[in-house]
Amino acid sequence: MNSAVVADTGPALQLRDVHMQFGATEIVRGVSLEIGRGERHALIGPNGAGKSTLFNVISGRFPPTRGSIRLHGREIAGARACEVNRQGLARSFQVTNIFPRLTVFENVRCGVFWSLGYRYDCWHRADRLADANERTERTLEQIRMTGRRDAPAGVLTYAEQRALEIGITIAGGADVILLDEPTAGMSRSEADNAVELIRSVSQGRTLLMVEHDMSVVFDLADRISVLVYGEIIATDEPRRIRENKAVQAAYLGTVHDA
Amino acid sequence: MLELATISLINGVVYGLLLFMLTSGLTLIFSMMGVLNFAHASVFMLGAYLSFQLGRYVGFWPAIVIAPLACGLVGAAIERYGLRRVHSSGHVAEILFTFGLAYVIEELVTMIWGRNAVANDVPATIDFALFTVFGTTFPAYKGLMMAISVAMFVFLFLVLTRTRIGLIIRAALTHPRMVDALGHDVPGVFALVFAMGSALAGLAGVIGGFMLLTQPTLAHAVGPIVFVIVVLGGLGSLYGALVASMLIGILQTFAVAVDYSLADALRAMGVAIVRGSPLYEVASIKLATAAPVIPYLLLVLMLIVRPRGLFGTRDA
Amino acid sequence: MSEGGLAAATAATPARAGPSPARGWRAWLVAAVALAVLPHVPGLDSDFGRSLLSQMGIAAVFALSYNMLFGQTGLLSFGHAVYFGLGGYAAIHAMRAINHGLAVPIALCPLAGAAGGLLFGLALGALTTRRAGTIFALISLGVGELVYAATFMLPGVFGGEEGITASRTKAPALLGLDFGSQLQVYYLIAFWALVAALAMYLFARTPAGRMCNAVRDNPERAEFVGYDPRRVRFIAFAAAGLFAGLAGGLHAINYEIVAADAVSAQRSGAVLLMTYMGGAGHFVGPVVGAAVLTWLQTSLSGYTSAWLLYVGVIFIIIVLYAPSGLVGLVLMHGEIAHTRGFRRVLASYAVALVPAVVMTAGAVVLIEMGYRLSTQRELGTLMKFGRVVVDAATATPWVAGALMLAGGYAASRWTWRRVAAAWEQASDEGKAMRAGATR
Repeated sequence: MNSAVVADTGPALQLRDVHMQFGATEIVRGVSLEIGRGERHALIGPNGAGKSTLFNVISGRFPPTRGSIRLHGREIAGARACEVNRQGLARSFQVTNIFPRLTVFENVRCGVFWSLGYRYDCWHRADRLADANERTERTLEQIRMTGRRDAPAGVLTYAEQRALEIGITIAGGADVILLDEPTAGMSRSEADNAVELIRSVSQGRTLLMVEHDMSVVFDLADRISVLVYGEIIATDEPRRIRENKAVQAAYLGTVHDA
Repeated sequence: MLELATISLINGVVYGLLLFMLTSGLTLIFSMMGVLNFAHASVFMLGAYLSFQLGRYVGFWPAIVIAPLACGLVGAAIERYGLRRVHSSGHVAEILFTFGLAYVIEELVTMIWGRNAVANDVPATIDFALFTVFGTTFPAYKGLMMAISVAMFVFLFLVLTRTRIGLIIRAALTHPRMVDALGHDVPGVFALVFAMGSALAGLAGVIGGFMLLTQPTLAHAVGPIVFVIVVLGGLGSLYGALVASMLIGILQTFAVAVDYSLADALRAMGVAIVRGSPLYEVASIKLATAAPVIPYLLLVLMLIVRPRGLFGTRDA
Repeated sequence: MSEGGLAAATAATPARAGPSPARGWRAWLVAAVALAVLPHVPGLDSDFGRSLLSQMGIAAVFALSYNMLFGQTGLLSFGHAVYFGLGGYAAIHAMRAINHGLAVPIALCPLAGAAGGLLFGLALGALTTRRAGTIFALISLGVGELVYAATFMLPGVFGGEEGITASRTKAPALLGLDFGSQLQVYYLIAFWALVAALAMYLFARTPAGRMCNAVRDNPERAEFVGYDPRRVRFIAFAAAGLFAGLAGGLHAINYEIVAADAVSAQRSGAVLLMTYMGGAGHFVGPVVGAAVLTWLQTSLSGYTSAWLLYVGVIFIIIVLYAPSGLVGLVLMHGEIAHTRGFRRVLASYAVALVPAVVMTAGAVVLIEMGYRLSTQRELGTLMKFGRVVVDAATATPWVAGALMLAGGYAASRWTWRRVAAAWEQASDEGKAMRAGATR
C-alpha cells in the first residue's frame, strides 16, 4: 500500500446494495463496497459487467434504482452530477469528454472555477484570477501539457486528450477521483506514462479506477474489486485476487491447478 | 347555443384536419431527421401556387396529382443538394439552411407570381353543398379536404407500421445513430423521407391554397402553428400530431366565437374590476381577440410541464 | 475548406492565458476614435449617412447580444426580438414620462431599455432555458409569436398597430445637447454601443462567460465540473436580454416610436442573419454582419425589390460553404498570408472572378426582370442595367440572362476547383511553416 488506509473518519466512498435497472434489465445488482480514504481501488471485470454503469450511478449521471451511496458519510445517491462534484467527487470518462473549442489551458481552468468558489461570477476577469490561473498551471505541469496550453483541445492527439481528460478531472482538487479506463487505446509506453501520471495525481487522494489493462491494475491498486454480471464477486489485495479461483474462472482465464 | 356549438365544432374539426394535413409531412421529417424544417410551410405554399397555375392549364384534378409530385421532387432536391451537405455539421446548420431557404422560396414566389394574392378560387367541380346544418351549408371541398387529411393519416400510419422503411424510420426516432451504424442507406432513406414529407406538404397546399389566401406571406402565416403542433403532439408521434391539430383547431374555433372576456365572467360572478387599474386591460381582452395566442400559450405550457409532448417518444 | 455547423461557425480564437492588456485597450481606443470620426467622413456626413450609422450602431448592439446566446452559449433563438422590443417599449414609456416632466436626461433612457430587457430575460428565461438545442429554438419561436400577438391585445401598453410615440427633445438638456439633430443622436448611440460592446466583451472573459463556452462545447462535462448547465444558460439568457433591451432603448430614441414590428419574427430573423453572416465565432463578427446587413437593407432596397432574395441566397451560401461567416473567411486568409502559395490563391481568385461575375450578372438580370414583371408592372417593361436597356417583355434578355447564368456556372465549377487546389497547397504550406516554427 502506498499509504495507510485511514479509517478513523470513515470510508471515503461507501456503496450499500446499489441496484441499477434499465427497463427490464438490471445491470447493477446489489453492489456493496467501501473504499477508504487515500486508497487506490481498481474495479475490474469482463465486458458488460456494469463497471461504467456503476461509475455513472456513483457520479450522478443517473440515479440508482435502489441503494445508498455515501461520499465522506454524506448520501449522494440520486443527486445531480454537479451536486456530486461539488461534494468532492470528480470523474473522467472512457470516451474523451473535453471542451473541444477551448484551449488546453481553458479546459483545465473550467475544472477549477467552482472549487475555488467563483461560481457564476460575472464580475471578475478570469485571466486576472491569480489562484485559478496558478492552480491551472500546476495541473498542467502535473499532466505535462504546459507546452500545449494554447492549443485548441480538439486538435490534440489521442494520448494528449486522455491526459487532458485526467487534468480536467483533478484540477478542482476533488479528493475522490473516479477514472474510467484511463489508459484505453494507449500504446505500452503511453500507458506507462499514464500510470506514472495517475500515481502522482492520486497521491493523498482516494482513487477508484476501472481498468482492463491488468498490468496497470496490479501496478497501481491497493485493492481490487471484481464485478461480474453486476455483482462484486471478490474484493481483496491484488495478490490474493490473482490467486482467487472464482475470479480466475470468471475473468482471468483458465484455472491452472497447482 | 346548440347551433353555435355544432357549427363551431364542425368548423373546428375542419380547421384541425387542415392543420394536420399541413403538419403530417413535417412530423415525418422532424421525427426521422430531427431537422426543424423551416421550409416545410414554404413547400406547402409552393403546392398552393403550383396547383393554382396548373389548374389554369390542365384543370383541378390533374393538378392535385402533379403539384404534390413536383413538390416531392423539390423536396428531394433540397435534401440532395442542400441538407445532405450540412447533415454532418449538426442540427444547427440544417435548421439554418432551411431557415434561409424559407426566405428564398418566399421571394421566388413573389418574383414569379407577385406580392398580391392570386385568384386561387375553389374549383367549380367541388364547389357545391354537401349538406346543410342549421341553415349553414357544408361545401364539398371541405369534405374533400377532410377525406384527404384522414387518408394522409392512414397512409402514414401504414407506412410507419407496416413497411420496412417505416420500421427504419421508427427506429431512427429513438436511436438515429444506431440505425446509421447498422448500415442502412441512411442518406437514401433521408432523401425519400424528405421527398415524401414535401409531397404531403404540397398536397396540403393544393387544398389549403383555396381555403386560405394564396399569397407570398402564406408560409409565414402558417409556419409557426405547424411547429407548435409538432411539439404539442410530441416529437415522433403521428397520432400526437393529429390530436394536437384537432385540439388547437377546435379550441381556437370555439374561442373565436366567444365574445366575452375574463372581466365579463368576473362581473357575472359579482366581482368588478376597476376601470383604470392595471389588471383591467388584461382582464378585458375578449377571448375572441386572444384566440391567435392560444396555440403559443399551449406550447409554452407544454414545454414547461411535459417537454416530450402529449405522445412523444423522445425529447428533441 | 470548412466544416460547417455550430462547430466551425463558432471556432473561437482561443483566449490567451496571460493577460495582454496593452493590445486590448488599444483596439478599443481605436474603435472609439473611429466612431467619433465616422459621421464626419465625406459620404457619411449627411443626415442620411448619420442615420445609417445610427441604425448600424443599434443593430450591432442587438447582434452582439444575440451572439451571447448563439456563438457563446450555443443557444439558437428565433425570438430574440422579444427582448429588443420589450426593452424598446420600456424605454419609450420612460421617454413619455420624461416628456411629461420626469427630470431625467433622455441620454439615460437606454438604461430603461436594458432594465426592461433584463426583467423579461429573467422572467421568460427561467421558463425557456430549461432545455437546449432544438426544443429551446422552438420555445423561442413560440414565445416570440406569443409576445407579438400580445402587443395587439394590450393597446394601452403597446399602442396597437400604431405603437407608442415619444419625443426625445422634450426633456431636460444634458450639457447643452437636446438630441434634436441626427448627429447628436448618433453620438449618443455610438457612446452606448461602445459601452455595451465593452461590457459584453468583458462578460465573455469572466468565469460565467468561460462556462458559457464550456456549456456550449460540452454541457455534460460542464456538469461534471460542478456547473449546472441550465443555470449557466439562464445567466447568458438574462444578460443577452439586458443588452438586447439596451439596443431597443437606442431604437426608441432614434425613431421616437416603438411598434409591434420591434418584437416581430422578421426582426428576430434579421438579427440571426446578421450574426451568422458576420461570423458567430469572433467577437467582431456580429458587428460586421450588422453593418453589412443594415447597409444592404437601407441602400440595396432602394435599387432593387429583390434585395431580400439576394440576402437569402448569400445566407444559404454562407451556411453551406462558409459557416464561420465573413469575419471567419477573412481570418482564414491570415493562416496562409505568409506562404508562397498565397500568391497562387490570389491569382486563382482573379481567374475565378470572371465567370463568377458573369454568372451573378445573369442571375441578377433574370431576377430583376422577374420582379419587374410580377410586382412593378406599372413601371413598364423597359429596364436599364448599367447602360444597357432591355425590354423584359421580349425573349432576348431572358435568353441572354439564362446563357450568362448557365455559362458562368459551368465555367465557375472549373475555376472553383483551381481555387480549392491552390488553397489546399497554401494551407498545407502554412501548417508546415507553423509546425516548423514551434520546434
